Amino acid sequence: MTDTVTYLYAIARDAGAPLPPGLTGLLGTPVRTVAAAGLVAYVGTVPLAQFGEAALRRNLEDLTWLEATARAHHQVVEAVAETGPVAPVRLVTVYRADEQIGRLLRDRAEEFTEVLARVAGRREWGVKVYAAPRHAEPDDTGAGEAPEGAFGRPGTAYLKRRRTSLRTREEAWRRAASRAERIDSVLTGIAVARRHHRAQDPQLSGRDDWMVLNGAYLVDDERGEEFAAAVAALRDPELDVQLTGPWAPYSFTISEPGAGGAA
Amino acid sequence: MTPERPRGGYVTPYGGGPGGGREGANLGDILERVLDKGIVIAGDIQVNLLDIELLTIKLRLLVVSVETARELGIDWWEHDPWLTGDRRGLEEENRRLRERVEDLEEGRHGRRAVDAPRPEPAEPRAESRPGRERDPERGRDRGRIEEPERRHADPERRRD
Repeated sequence: MTDTVTYLYAIARDAGAPLPPGLTGLLGTPVRTVAAAGLVAYVGTVPLAQFGEAALRRNLEDLTWLEATARAHHQVVEAVAETGPVAPVRLVTVYRADEQIGRLLRDRAEEFTEVLARVAGRREWGVKVYAAPRHAEPDDTGAGEAPEGAFGRPGTAYLKRRRTSLRTREEAWRRAASRAERIDSVLTGIAVARRHHRAQDPQLSGRDDWMVLNGAYLVDDERGEEFAAAVAALRDPELDVQLTGPWAPYSFTISEPGAGGAA
Repeated sequence: MTPERPRGGYVTPYGGGPGGGREGANLGDILERVLDKGIVIAGDIQVNLLDIELLTIKLRLLVVSVETARELGIDWWEHDPWLTGDRRGLEEENRRLRERVEDLEEGRHGRRAVDAPRPEPAEPRAESRPGRERDPERGRDRGRIEEPERRHADPERRRD
């Protein structure tokens, strides 16, 4: 019974690329490689005491631990991405020993090779678009309507205003959504693939804004600047467009029929 | 480990004024990817991230962005005494409540001292008064009014 386990960060082609010098991962442990079937897995040795099943359940509830782990994992993935195509593996994928990783590479070689071919020479960009509902507020829409108050029907007037306001919000939402669609289609035209992530809950974001787009775009390396410039050009006063990246291709490791290529 | 260091792969921000521009990888963006994307492989150690209820609740907040959550005051994980081990807040509140109770009790005793010549400090507490406690009409909030009744009641019970 050993007291360490093997943590898997990412998979790449075994192109003989040297390990980024001094690369460390979780808990500052060195990153190693395990090669098989023309592929190479980037792994590290971590203590079972922290990465065993029970320990993981506990640790994942600990935000400090989670943050450190997520950042260390991400750092290794990004470092590997610098050296060539990479398929990031989801956080906390843990094996008993290196042998199991060799077997994994052989068993799923075809799938991993396909993923790596798809992301080769490409990076992921994230684009979030927010629309501010304040643009939807009917400042003086109600002013032109029949003067309220003459016979004291403020309730009716209120309901009318409220209805107008809701309708206006709905229209504003539709307008924002259609602008976001346009942004998405321009960006998808530059990208080779696109995924839509779940929009984040406005109640939790604390912004009045609606998140009308949360997209990930797989972009050829040569077109990265073009993509970023396109995002900048797509800004408009009513939308807040936020760009992140380039990222390792986290969002493009799963084949999703229909979501793949841009036309 | 240098958690804040942006990866070398990031291009120089292309500009971007307020409210725009490319941003570095914040924790929310990273978590959105490392927890939700990437190749899913069943390792030898099985932990289904979705099984961890508390985690997902926290992440719903985190993935939004830690900063906004904090601005919103959704930072209970930092202050929750059960999570942080910091129970000073609770203790402080307990202390204040205890003082308040003492003040109220002293106030009542004080008034009674005026009404009743005999202070009888031990009387209300030392004796058990099962009959009175079962009777809601003679509840604890009746204050001074019940004092004369007690005096009537006491001799009755002493007969037992």
